[in-house]
Amino acid sequence: MFSEELEKYDWEETSRKIREKRPADVERALGRERLTLDDFMALVSPAAAAYLEPMARLSRRYTQERFGKTISMYIPMYITNSCTNSCVYCGFNRHNAIPRVILTPEQIEAECRAIRQLGPFENLLLVTGENPRDAGVDYIEQALHICRPYFNNLTIEVMPLASEEYARLTRSGLNGVVCFQETYNRANYKRYHPAGMKSRFEWRVNGFDRMGQAGVHKIGMGVLIGLEEWRTDVTMMALHLQYLRKHYWKTRYSVNFPRMRPSEGHFQPNVVMSDRELAQLTFAFRIFDHDVDISFSTRENPRFRNHIATLGATSMSAGSKTDPGGYVTYPQSLEQFTVSDERTPAEVEADIRREGYEVVWKDWDKIFD
Amino acid sequence: MNELIIGGRTFHSRLFVGTGKFSSNELMSRAIKASGTEMVTIAMKRIDMENPQDDMLVHIRRPEIQLLPNTSGVRDADEAVLAAQLAREAFGTNFIKLEIHPDPKYLLPDPVETLHATERLVKMGFVVLPYIQADPVLCKRLEEAGAATVMPLAAPIGTNKGLVTRELLGIIIEQSNVPVVVDAGLGAPSHAAEAMEMGADAVLVNTAIAVAGDPVRMAAAFAQAVVAGREAYEAGLGAQAQCAEASSPLTSFLD
Repeated sequence: MFSEELEKYDWEETSRKIREKRPADVERALGRERLTLDDFMALVSPAAAAYLEPMARLSRRYTQERFGKTISMYIPMYITNSCTNSCVYCGFNRHNAIPRVILTPEQIEAECRAIRQLGPFENLLLVTGENPRDAGVDYIEQALHICRPYFNNLTIEVMPLASEEYARLTRSGLNGVVCFQETYNRANYKRYHPAGMKSRFEWRVNGFDRMGQAGVHKIGMGVLIGLEEWRTDVTMMALHLQYLRKHYWKTRYSVNFPRMRPSEGHFQPNVVMSDRELAQLTFAFRIFDHDVDISFSTRENPRFRNHIATLGATSMSAGSKTDPGGYVTYPQSLEQFTVSDERTPAEVEADIRREGYEVVWKDWDKIFD
Repeated sequence: MNELIIGGRTFHSRLFVGTGKFSSNELMSRAIKASGTEMVTIAMKRIDMENPQDDMLVHIRRPEIQLLPNTSGVRDADEAVLAAQLAREAFGTNFIKLEIHPDPKYLLPDPVETLHATERLVKMGFVVLPYIQADPVLCKRLEEAGAATVMPLAAPIGTNKGLVTRELLGIIIEQSNVPVVVDAGLGAPSHAAEAMEMGADAVLVNTAIAVAGDPVRMAAAFAQAVVAGREAYEAGLGAQAQCAEASSPLTSFLD
């Protein structure tokens, strides 16, 4: 399990190693075909800030070699904000006095139809809060069955499950699982996730092994930028990705690095990441792993997304509502996070095409499931 | 240099040698000594099992050397399993180098039979070192079957052509959770050094030593090359030069 591997890496020691990287380390990393974790640390270090342009060039080259000039489109569908966790940064925190919604089968189907009206989406990301009792595996499985006729590719972002449960959902048409570790800092993890199932660091971090063991086709990982020193956190995620690739080699992987903004809500991020740093991180991941899908949600603004689309990103959402029933059932309810890109899917598509890139709506067929 | 552990045994030398093609057993023995090797492979078909004083064996057996009997000559998994059982009886070791090449011309390994045989031999308690094509997917399948190492070829056996399969070996080394021993086709110490610089865990050399002008000196040369290559890998190779560019057309949107 990955938690044992992670124990070999001391947080402070890793942070120090990243801080001490020199230009020569960055140049060595850029000259390599296959990078070590140490090389990755050089690319996310402060020393690499001066190498943004050669990193962008390399990142673009590797991305085009593997993915061509394409961006894959997806859309999230939140089906419940019911949650037993109390994550300090999240709008769904169980202590927040907001109306709680668990969409009925009819409502889920209405949302499916509404999304298909928005654009030719085929990749659906089903999102729930974490409530094993009221929105557990049975509920998720039912939702998958409802959505299946409308979309060719179904991904879930739900509480970590047991291996047999992932296997069961895969038999029900599940293609991928997204789960954000949020932070790999074990010592501080509980500060942000004080209660509920999400407070169990090991259960969450080893969830990825359980997905791999269950044969999930695609696994999405993520660090929430704003909690801990981001350079160290993403290094741990790179380590995790490397570990998963070695153990579950038939699975495809994606990485996400959503960043929190100071303006967003009651929780003030401990670290704020600039656009330059987000670009540096994107390039570093691509140079480290040529095949990983790098995903950008509507958290990021249109200008940044238009540029990063040609420099390393490979999938994007558009037209997203981040509240349950947001497309048609409850169009005014509370969002999980603030959307910065309000463009319609058609506008996003037109902008990406203007950059000389093709928008891919469908790259899977349910006949293969 | 980091230690190499295979089948619970620690190896200080990362050069494995073969025993075929030498002009005399006496010369072979001196070459093995000069190579500093601790793993020597020997073809079951060459040994006279009725005779404990078999001349070839007498020249190989040393306390520091792990004998690695190989199944060369077998054509399928059934024959390989039989050969492995005979080897265990004859040499008292669970180590087996699995070689299944039904093709007598290029001696290329059969991936399907090799995977089947590995699955069976692992269940029988063998430490299985399969000789295979440089096929990354096959390597993962063998790893899952419980192989102790994978032994992808650098070039067809006996050709001395060097790292013909370089790209694929790179992928195998990157992905593997078991030691990667580059086997077959290494014709010069520089080839061995290059494989080690790439991160191979060990190399196996036979023909290049056996047919050299002076096999004993060539064995020593390979030994040095393997150490140099491994040291370079562990030390971290320097970068190839990147061209500097003053303008920043791709990232100016961040200014």
